[in-house]
Amino acid sequence: MTTTVEPLTPRTRRGSELLLLLFAIAIVLLAWVTTDLNRNGTVPTNIVPVAGGFTVLVLAVHLVLRWKAAYADPVLLPITTVLNGLGLVMIHRLDLARGKLGSDGDAYRQLIWTTLAVVLAVTVLIALRDHRLLRRYTFVSMAAAFVLLLLPLVPGLGRSINGSQIWISIGPLNFQPGEFAKIALAIFFAGYLVQTRDVLSLAGKKILGFTFPRGRDLGPIVVAWALCVVVLVFQNDLGTSLLYFGLFVAMLYVATERVSWIIIGLLLFAAAVVFALTAFAHFHERVDLWLDPFSQQSLDRSNQLANGLWGMASGGLTGTGLGAGRPYLTPFAESDFIFPSLGEELGLFGSVAILVLYLVFCERGVRTALGARDGFGKLLAIGLAFSVAFQLFIVIGGVTRVIPLTGLTTPFMSLGGSSLLANWVIMALLLRISDQARRPMPEIPVGVAADDPSPAEVTQVVRLS
Amino acid sequence: MSELTLTLLRLGLLALLWVFIFSVVGVLRTDIYGTAVTRRGKRKAAKEAQKQDRQRGPARTPVPAAAGAGAAAGAAGAAVASRPGRKARGKGVPTTLVVTEGPLAGTSLPLRSGGILVGRNPECALVLDDDYASGRHCRIYPDPSGRDGWAVEDLGSTNGTFIGRDRLTGSRPVEVGTTLRIGKTVLELRG
Repeated sequence: MTTTVEPLTPRTRRGSELLLLLFAIAIVLLAWVTTDLNRNGTVPTNIVPVAGGFTVLVLAVHLVLRWKAAYADPVLLPITTVLNGLGLVMIHRLDLARGKLGSDGDAYRQLIWTTLAVVLAVTVLIALRDHRLLRRYTFVSMAAAFVLLLLPLVPGLGRSINGSQIWISIGPLNFQPGEFAKIALAIFFAGYLVQTRDVLSLAGKKILGFTFPRGRDLGPIVVAWALCVVVLVFQNDLGTSLLYFGLFVAMLYVATERVSWIIIGLLLFAAAVVFALTAFAHFHERVDLWLDPFSQQSLDRSNQLANGLWGMASGGLTGTGLGAGRPYLTPFAESDFIFPSLGEELGLFGSVAILVLYLVFCERGVRTALGARDGFGKLLAIGLAFSVAFQLFIVIGGVTRVIPLTGLTTPFMSLGGSSLLANWVIMALLLRISDQARRPMPEIPVGVAADDPSPAEVTQVVRLS
Repeated sequence: MSELTLTLLRLGLLALLWVFIFSVVGVLRTDIYGTAVTRRGKRKAAKEAQKQDRQRGPARTPVPAAAGAGAAAGAAGAAVASRPGRKARGKGVPTTLVVTEGPLAGTSLPLRSGGILVGRNPECALVLDDDYASGRHCRIYPDPSGRDGWAVEDLGSTNGTFIGRDRLTGSRPVEVGTTLRIGKTVLELRG
């Protein structure tokens, strides 16, 4: 079989990005206008300053990309804009239903968080010239992740909201440090696995067709598992611990190409879940609600899941129209249940469109990982993309009764500052890696030869890791 | 606001969302990067061409080699594009580097004026999957003496680059039919 290998240089596609971005802003504005027309019969009065501000915000990111990362992926930013914008519109719509107006509203706060998130993403893009610099902070990230994960357990700082001890409060601000732990963990796993993957993938015994690792190589997965069990038991949060452990197992699998790690991971997680089910009434309740949300017993306990399902059902194919449904009947319609809220008002067509946007977002992350030329970049990109995808699976699977409901935020959409900041940083990191991946390969300057007397010898600069 | 307008707005929003998705996918469809690996459509013809190449061995005359390479590259655009250039330059000037033995056997890549780097490092133009190759093993670049042709240079590799049985020191000009051995991999320059 004969094959030819040719490097392909892509165009930067920044022009396409600009067009898509304007399109995205138009969609968000139309959604907003529809909401207000349905609720109040008028076009929002503050549309010019708010829409102008939003446009300036995302165009600023676009300009920074032109300046600092010209070859970055062209569709990540427009997709993020649509998702974030639709989230804002839905939060605003729930504000209207609850009579929270102006600066009292959740939408106002969310808009401020969006601004901060964009500023943070731009800072990351400008400050981090090359994602490989992050590899130097492998173990710093590990320490940071551990601290962030355990911070909510510190007495006086941690707060328990809705039964989950995953919050910290500093003054008036409530914060979920776990969202940032996700990024720190992805950096740590990528840096760690790129060093150790040969040992983890080569040594071992073969049992039933799968190569199982040696006992001493099991150390890291056991440590990760133990940490997740700590989160599970002391913070009462199944979703977060599932997310971290899933992230670790997925990155381990990608780094080593060995299915046995997935089997080991699933077995370990199953053991933890069985333990939690027998030991904590809290989990038992969740599972009962999942299996039978419409029974009288379940409805007495919580009608949240049932309301969300009825909401989506009443939306039908094309939805009730933004502002015309009743998503506010569901508790936490603006955070955990924002997807059923949108599903009710945009219908099946709209909710599938949102899922497809997320799908393309994650696909671009995986494509970036495939295109990245260094192992660390590959693992980091796949880890970040997987964490977004898996988080979506946990939360949307929860509200649609695929798995038991555990509270996690819907990336870019849910009300909540920490989640928004963390996800914009994830997007900035993916943009940075994709810029490296799509950029044409550096040409090797002629005259590197040792006996070459040309002056080029003096100035040889070979940018290789 | 009339019911009709609201319905149109509602459906228009959904339509716009999907048009947006299709434009995103349209952008992605043309966004191709990385390396293109072109496999030949006719597997049989490829095998035959390879067999012929093997029978000819390294000391082939340039003319059938050109025919062989042309057939082997088949539909690949690069080979077609490079044909006129080869004629202009003369028969002894190679245009492609082909892996004839080792894990990547069958791979070929066009020589570029910027020089191509061979090694295990992912940033090399030809990334070898060979435990005996160094990260940056050797480099093939336009002949520094100004002649029309190419030269190969070892970049201080651990196990060396061999031309025939000689270990390469410094740089040396190459021509069509030169074979280079790096670890378990054998590379050949073709016209």
